[in-house]
Amino acid sequence: MSQGLKVRIWRGSGDDGRFVEYEVPRQDSQTVLDVVTHVQRVLDPTLAYRFACRVGMCGSCAMTVNGQARWTCRTHVARVVGAGGLLEIAPLANLPVVKDLATDMSAFFDKWARARGRFQGTQTRRDDFARVSPDTPQRRAANAGIECIGCGVCYGSCDVVQWRPDFLGPAALNRAWTLVNDVRDTERTERLRAVAGDAGCHSCHTQGTCTERCPKGIAPTIAIAGLKRTVARAAVKGEL
Amino acid sequence: MSGAAPPHAVASDPGVREAVAQAKAWYWQRISAMVLAACVVLHLCIMIWAVRGGLSAAEILGRTQGNVLFAAFYAVFVLACAVHVPIGLAAIAREWWRWSPAAAQWFARAVTATLLVLGLRAVWGVYAPGA
Repeated sequence: MSQGLKVRIWRGSGDDGRFVEYEVPRQDSQTVLDVVTHVQRVLDPTLAYRFACRVGMCGSCAMTVNGQARWTCRTHVARVVGAGGLLEIAPLANLPVVKDLATDMSAFFDKWARARGRFQGTQTRRDDFARVSPDTPQRRAANAGIECIGCGVCYGSCDVVQWRPDFLGPAALNRAWTLVNDVRDTERTERLRAVAGDAGCHSCHTQGTCTERCPKGIAPTIAIAGLKRTVARAAVKGEL
Repeated sequence: MSGAAPPHAVASDPGVREAVAQAKAWYWQRISAMVLAACVVLHLCIMIWAVRGGLSAAEILGRTQGNVLFAAFYAVFVLACAVHVPIGLAAIAREWWRWSPAAAQWFARAVTATLLVLGLRAVWGVYAPGA
């Protein structure tokens, strides 16, 4: 593990930038985030990037590594390094760049709000726990998507977001699907309207890149297909 | 919260109309795709069967003129195309050509009209006796 890595890192703000090359020592069990941290702490302290937990929980360190969106804290260099030890690290796609590897994720999270990604119930803290059987189809569907950490890997990988920047995107629609299947939630109709509108779930082409790239193994493609079916049923029944 | 209002109370809202329109476009495209899948398979079978002894205009017209079943089948085929194609083209116009929603919708309507006129005219052309 003595050979070094040739690391090309995107430097710049907004649309204006270029790749800058760095030599980083190779280490055992090295993650891509370790590489970026080495550059910032040892080679160039002006490098901007974002991370917090380093253990795949917070969803803040997603970047484009050798052309693919990945969570960098859980991506081992050994799995992604190119020929000749080349590693190209760029900011997450489909989001404006604040500086270097840090993107402005406002649009990503605004779309969660647009898709009504907020739980709305009727009970208060004085009420007893709602009892929801884990075996019901709704609870299983909600469980399948509930572990999303909001890293934006799916969003940065989605061709439809690239073609139609107003598309709600896989993460927001996945969140909406978990709430549509939450029997305690009271805003089902409003949420179905929100996700069915222009640039909503029907804009998805079912290419499945989000599902392939999701580091948590969530399948937003299935969530979006579920939304399409549920919205269609509601429209036929005149409930939309 | 707005959750207290019954769903139909705001059905005239542009956002709701848009949601319903999107949902309808989706299920109509799905239904027409199912019809087209059957039509294409049957059409291929007919083609393979029809060319057994060579293919001539007289032979084709001899089989199709006055054949109500044939005309009905291809009329359904044309109708399914006229439903399915414009919805997809409107999406392409918006995503790839960056057209406005209104422009894409008018484009889709024009494609529907063109497919209906040309398609049904073709069906009539081989069905009508003496055409």
